[in-house]
Amino acid sequence: MGKFVAVTIVVIAIVSAIPILRHTWWMAPDISQHGAPIDEQMSETMAEAGISFLASQIILALFIWKFSGSRPSDPIKSFPGGAKTMVWAAFLLVGTEVLALGVFGVKAWANVYFAAPAANALPVQVQAGQFAFYFRYPGPDGSFGPLHPDLISEANANFFGIDVDHDPDSKDDIVTAEMAIPVNREIHLLMHAKDVGHSFFVPELRVQQDFVPGLDLSLHFTATKIGRYEIVCTQLCGLGHYNMKAYLSVMSQEDFDSWLKKEAALQ
Amino acid sequence: MKSLHGCNFVAMLVALAMVAAGALMLGQQVNAAAEGTITGTVKLDGTAPHMKGIDMSKDPYCVKQHENSPAHLENVVVGQGGGLENVVLYISEGLTGNEAASSEEPVFDQKGCLYTPHVLALDVNQKFKVITSDQTTHNIHPLPNAMTGNIPWNKSQPPGAPPIETSWKTPEMISVKCNIHPWMHGYFAVVKGPHATTDGNGAYTIHNVPAGNYTVTAWQEDLGTQTAKVTVAAGKAANANFTFKGK
Repeated sequence: MGKFVAVTIVVIAIVSAIPILRHTWWMAPDISQHGAPIDEQMSETMAEAGISFLASQIILALFIWKFSGSRPSDPIKSFPGGAKTMVWAAFLLVGTEVLALGVFGVKAWANVYFAAPAANALPVQVQAGQFAFYFRYPGPDGSFGPLHPDLISEANANFFGIDVDHDPDSKDDIVTAEMAIPVNREIHLLMHAKDVGHSFFVPELRVQQDFVPGLDLSLHFTATKIGRYEIVCTQLCGLGHYNMKAYLSVMSQEDFDSWLKKEAALQ
Repeated sequence: MKSLHGCNFVAMLVALAMVAAGALMLGQQVNAAAEGTITGTVKLDGTAPHMKGIDMSKDPYCVKQHENSPAHLENVVVGQGGGLENVVLYISEGLTGNEAASSEEPVFDQKGCLYTPHVLALDVNQKFKVITSDQTTHNIHPLPNAMTGNIPWNKSQPPGAPPIETSWKTPEMISVKCNIHPWMHGYFAVVKGPHATTDGNGAYTIHNVPAGNYTVTAWQEDLGTQTAKVTVAAGKAANANFTFKGK
C-alpha cells in the first residue's frame, strides 16, 4: 500500500508539471517594451517553485517507499543534527530563494515605477468609476484643464467633471470610452478613481495597477505591437465589476491621429 | 312588529343600493361628457444646444447598433420648427381627484443601448413595464429620493429576460441609469393625474381632463419648468403653448 501511495504521488507531481513546462496555459504574448524582465522573473519563479515542488514530492515518495513497512517498535530516526538544525536548514534554503527572487523582482518593478517617463511621452488620463473606464486626451494644446468633481454628470456625458465653458485648457480635451495609443510611443498614464478602488490591467502590456480613491497615480509604458486588447478591472469594485472593461487599441501614428480627430468631432 | 322591522331594513338596503348604483352610472355619464383635453406645442427659442456624441466602445454590441449613425445625447431633442421632444406636461394645480386613472401600461424599452422613450411620464401608482430589446445585459437603476416614499431599486436584465413590472408611489422626476453602460440615462416622470409627453414636433394632448381651472406645468429635464393657467370647458379642447429659452 505504501509503495502504491509513493508511486501515485510521483505520477501526480510529474503530470501536473507537464502543462507548466509546455506553457499550455501561459501568459498572453508580451507587447510592451518593459515586459521582458517581468516575463523572465515569472519564468524564474515558476522554474524555482516547480523544481522545489517536484523535489519535495519525490523526497516524500522516497520516504514513504522506504519506511512504509516499518513496525511500531522500530526506532524513529531524526534529522541529522536534530530539529533545530532542520529549522535552520529550511530557513536558509527558503530565505535564499525568496531573497534572490526579490532582488530580481525589485529590479523589474523599479524599471516601471522609479524611472521617470520620457519628456515626449503622450499623457493620457484614465478615470475608473463604477463600472467603466473613461480616457481623456489633452488635445492640440497638450495640457489638461482642471477637474471639477461637482460637475461630473453621467446625464450630460461629463464623466470627468470638465468645465469646457470656463477652463481654456479643457476646451480641446477629448474624452473617450476606448483607449487608443500610437505604437512605439511612450504613454504617460495618469490614473484616478471616481468612487471606489479599481484596477487597470492589460495582460499583454504587463501592466496592472490599482486605482486608489484620493490618490493620483501614474504609470508609463510603450506598446510595441499593433492590435486590440482588453483593459479589465481586477479589483472587486461592486455588482458590475464583472462587466468593467474597456478596449486598448494600439495603432500606427497616422491611424491614431485620425482616430483622435474622429473622437474630437464627437465631443 | 318584528317582521315589519325586518322588511323595512331590507327595503332600505335595496333603496340604498339602487341610489348608489344610479349615482355611479350618472357620475360616469357626466364624466364622459365633461372630459376635455389640453393641447398645445412646446418650443425652444434660440439655437438648439449641442448634444455630444456617445462613445459606446465599452460594449461592441452597442457600437454595432449605431454603426451607420452615431448616437447622441437626448437631453434636449429639437424637432421641426423648434418643437421640443420629451417634455412632460401635467396638471400641477386644480386637480380634484376625480380624474379617471389611465388604464394604459406604458413600456420603457432598452434598445440600441439607449432608453426608448428617453422620458416616460407616469401617473402615481400607474403600472409600467421595463423591457429589453438588446442582446447585451443591462441593469436598470432608478435613483429616486428615498425620502419621498419611492424606493430605489437596481435590477439586471439580460437578453430575453422577462419584463419588470412595477409602479411609483409619489410624484417625482426620477432619473434612471444603467451601471454597465454609463451613457444610458433617462427619466421616469411620475406626476399626479392626466399628463402627456411631447412628440418629435413638440405637440402634446392631455386627455381625460374634467372641466375646470388648472395650472399646467411643462417639465424639461435640462431647461426646467414652465407653467400656464388653463380653463377647460366640458368636452372641449383647451390650448396651452410653451416656449423654453435655450441656455
